[in-house]
Amino acid sequence: MAPPPHRPARRVAIVAGVRTPFAKSGTLFRDVSAVALARHAAKELLYRTELSGAEVDEIVFGQVVVSVLTPNVGREVSLLPQLPPSVPGYSLNRACASGAQAITNAADQIAQGHADVIIAGGVESLSDIPVLHSRRFAQILVDAGKAKSAGARLSAFGRVRPRDLIPVTPAISEPSTGESMGQSAEKMAKENGIGRFEQDRLALMSHQRAAAGTADGRLTAEIVPWFGGRGMDEVATSDNGIRADTSLEALQKLRPVFDRTYGSVTAGNASPLTDGAAAVLLMAEEKAAALGYEPLAYLRSYAVAAVDPGWQLLMGPVFAVPKALERAGIAWRELGLIEIHEAFAAQVLSNVQAWGSQAWADRLGLRAPVGEVNWDITNVMGGSIAIGHPFAATGARLVTTLANEMRRRDEQFGLISICAQGGMGFALVLERD
Amino acid sequence: MPTFTVANENGIAVVTIDRAGEPVNTLSSAVSAEFAAVLDRLRDDGTVQGLVLLSGKPDSFIAGADIEEFTALRAQADAEALSRAGQQMMERIERFPKPIVAAVNGACLGGGFELALACHYRIATDHPKTQLGLPEVQLGIIPGAGGCVRLPRLVGARAALEMILAGKSERAGPAHRLGMVDEVVAPSILRAVSLAAARRLVNGGGAGRQRHAGLTGFLLDGNPLGRQLVYRAARRTLLRRTGGNYPAPLAALDVVRIGLEHGAAAGYLAEHRRFGELAVSDVSRKLVQIFFATTALKKDDGVPDGAVARPRPVARLGIVGAGFMGGGIAGTAVLNAEVDVRLKDADLPRVGRGLKAATAILDARLTRRRLTRAQHQRLTALLSGTTDFSGFSRTDLVIEAVFEDLAVKRAVLAAVEHEVRPETIIATNTSTIPIAQIAQGAARPERVLGMHFFSPVEKMPLLEVIPHAGTSADAIASAVRFGRRMGKTVITVADHPGFWVNRILTPYMNETGLLIEEGVPIALIDRTMTAFGFPVGPVALLDEVGLDVAQKASTVMHAAFGERFAPAGVVAVMVAADRLGRKNGRGFYRYRDGHKAGIDETIYGLLGRTPKEGASAAMIEQRLVYAMLNEAAMAYADGVLHSPRDGDIGAIFGIGFPPFRGGPLRMIDDRGAVRVVETLNLLQMEFGARFAPAPALIEMASTGHVYYPAG
Repeated sequence: MAPPPHRPARRVAIVAGVRTPFAKSGTLFRDVSAVALARHAAKELLYRTELSGAEVDEIVFGQVVVSVLTPNVGREVSLLPQLPPSVPGYSLNRACASGAQAITNAADQIAQGHADVIIAGGVESLSDIPVLHSRRFAQILVDAGKAKSAGARLSAFGRVRPRDLIPVTPAISEPSTGESMGQSAEKMAKENGIGRFEQDRLALMSHQRAAAGTADGRLTAEIVPWFGGRGMDEVATSDNGIRADTSLEALQKLRPVFDRTYGSVTAGNASPLTDGAAAVLLMAEEKAAALGYEPLAYLRSYAVAAVDPGWQLLMGPVFAVPKALERAGIAWRELGLIEIHEAFAAQVLSNVQAWGSQAWADRLGLRAPVGEVNWDITNVMGGSIAIGHPFAATGARLVTTLANEMRRRDEQFGLISICAQGGMGFALVLERD
Repeated sequence: MPTFTVANENGIAVVTIDRAGEPVNTLSSAVSAEFAAVLDRLRDDGTVQGLVLLSGKPDSFIAGADIEEFTALRAQADAEALSRAGQQMMERIERFPKPIVAAVNGACLGGGFELALACHYRIATDHPKTQLGLPEVQLGIIPGAGGCVRLPRLVGARAALEMILAGKSERAGPAHRLGMVDEVVAPSILRAVSLAAARRLVNGGGAGRQRHAGLTGFLLDGNPLGRQLVYRAARRTLLRRTGGNYPAPLAALDVVRIGLEHGAAAGYLAEHRRFGELAVSDVSRKLVQIFFATTALKKDDGVPDGAVARPRPVARLGIVGAGFMGGGIAGTAVLNAEVDVRLKDADLPRVGRGLKAATAILDARLTRRRLTRAQHQRLTALLSGTTDFSGFSRTDLVIEAVFEDLAVKRAVLAAVEHEVRPETIIATNTSTIPIAQIAQGAARPERVLGMHFFSPVEKMPLLEVIPHAGTSADAIASAVRFGRRMGKTVITVADHPGFWVNRILTPYMNETGLLIEEGVPIALIDRTMTAFGFPVGPVALLDEVGLDVAQKASTVMHAAFGERFAPAGVVAVMVAADRLGRKNGRGFYRYRDGHKAGIDETIYGLLGRTPKEGASAAMIEQRLVYAMLNEAAMAYADGVLHSPRDGDIGAIFGIGFPPFRGGPLRMIDDRGAVRVVETLNLLQMEFGARFAPAPALIEMASTGHVYYPAG
């Protein structure tokens, strides 16, 4: 048998990205399904890029808290009437890095030559989460359903106790450790010596920069309007969690949530529960050229890492970033822009501290520290603390925000770092010619 | 080619009806004779125990009787005989010694449904094209082959009357619930299930299912006293709905009653007698003419004679202007044409409200279960909005629906031209501004034309397509075809002020205003014209249109045509008093929660008048109708129309001109130009020069020319 023909990997272009406004859960999108958000973003991406749906080969979407009724949001998006029914779609879950994972999965397919054009993104609606029956009550329902007689059905229901009827809502906690995300952040703050003041200062910067980006239109440029309200005339064009008027004093007044006595993680220095969707249009470089698109940037490399969730849960990026840089073949100092996902200020500062430390470099087997974060080029339009964090959408937002800003500033290399549930970390390097 | 083919499948004869060279199956005398011969043969064929009747057409079972055949009838006796022959045919089927199963996929209407009714078992498919019903009254006749007798026996008096009197048809699901069919199946298994049903019937099992009437059913359908209530209620509704102008539904009601109360034989007798009367009646003639005219219009792309058009299919529609019109166009386009719609306006809340108006059209269908949730989701996803022109580069057609201002419309046209591909067609929705003026200065004027929609878009059935002198045939045909896909009846009219509909409507409305100024009671005016056959009176119509809109239109028309179109002062008085009609809840009528709540008499105070008693309804009718007829003749002479057919259809679908009168031009033919001119002369003497007969009418009166030479 002849060996398969060699096909060199193709360069993958980031052509465009859009997102819905990000809204605190239970506000703007309280009556909107995750599927509707994802479809809105994908559809508007098509219109904004004037792309024919017939050019699209695949849809990949991430979602973390999945609706029981529409478990495959990717397929629901690919069934948009603007796309031919022959476009397949799938969904994935890499926790808070799902959006990034969707983009790199798509990029791998394009690099392989299996696809030319893919829309990848992520969506989260924490307003639209599944509420479950208790395990015991669910079992009783199953038994009753299987019962062959009315008597048996009745006796099944006879086992119901009031406490069985309390519904179960999915918690944002580690299934392996039972520790909540906030508790993990609290633990990291303590172990890494990250103080309350530093955390609040980062949160303040996040809000101020996001507010500036909203005011000057750089941040809102990537947002597609959402027509809300009964008359569809309450139109949202920006994120509703950004507080232009917040101050260090106000942030300092907030009480710690997870350790009320000695804690430092507050609602103010953590990302809020958020609803939203983001979608990115990826193409093979030559396809983009053939269709006449000028890409924002190209994907240079990516890397994933994981740590024991029982240790410091959100330290994954510390391992992922040097791997991605190594794969990109570039040095930290060559980075012109950096986007760090802000799950918690304590996590960001712990990651930053580790990248800059020789002790961590030793631990990572590196000769020197990964690099010192220069805040002038990092999270220049704020981050998830201010903008919000619809889990699976964040990765796609970061790629969009970074690619757009790299073009504005004419930077060659940019880095994205995302921490994720389960002790995982995700890093991407984007490049421009 | 024989229409019927027979295949013997283990003792069951599968009879396939397929009229060669016809898009659908219809029943003509020749087809019936052939079917009779087939039945004779199968009756005597010892190897055949039962029959299944199938259609060879993909989405029609039998669409009805051959209409051409019945319109050729001149004498009442011939029409009676035709009906009698149909009845006998159906009776043969009903009494056939071997069971016959009707396997229905596609349209099963009129004579086709009567045939199915005579069969011993009916199976229908859940295909969306499968429709069962008796639409005869829409052509001014009644079911003439036993339908008036068999349907009530099958489904009860109430359901049968509801179907027959309104000429309604039902899809398989509701038809099954009503008892019109015995089973509903997927098209793929229709043949197999029908064969099995025929075998079951051969073996003496499972005749038609029993309907459970329930208590109300028994009280109203199951006993003669209850049925009397049903008949009385039906008659009341009919008289209100038809104003007594349409005899067919009343005749059908009589026949259904006789068939139920005095036995089938009496029913059949009444049925063919009444059919005979109606088939040669003037009303039926008019309705059939309209039917043929609309059918012909569906094939007419509106391009000038001799021109060859390559219409562009529209997959993506852009709409500029997200107001009430733009939203209505968007929703209707998505609903009926299933195109991708991009709605643009200057600010986002306006865009949102337009999207809401469009979505509301879809929501209403969902509520009324005309759409499934999945269809609704798919269709709403076709709607989107923007304040820039994103998404416009790939549109095939852009409809501009901004407000009526030449400069604005020109600016929008220039902007759109800049955004779209060279081949994209650009339509302007206007009721008053000449298209040529809007197109002036366009980079590619050949792709610019007018599309005059009527408000509310989703309800009004007419669309005027208006090419200007330089519009290409391709653009015309594309717009006409797209209008049809939107579910509209489309006429192509010339680029004259007011086009067709507003041209003939304006004198009618002006005359209405003058009547009000004279103190003629509003109620009398509206009552007179609804009795004439209009669905709403002219005063109520002014309220619907909006007094400001009417004022603007009449000003434009006055400027274009001079004194004849001098507007009545009352409209300006109303606008000055901020009484704009239904839109702001204050017009000639009062409105409460969007419903009419009586006449607002204060208008007479504003006019310094008191309503005068003793105005003559005949004179009101004459003034209003002749104002319109005269203008219709003038517009036709000006070359506004391709044909009188377009004008009459436009008046019927655009204004609600009484269908049984055939349209204004048909009415001139019916009255005769001589009489029309005489009447106009009398009106002119009494009311002034605006009634001066159109020169064209005077000429027709002397030459004897008519609009419809063939009759």
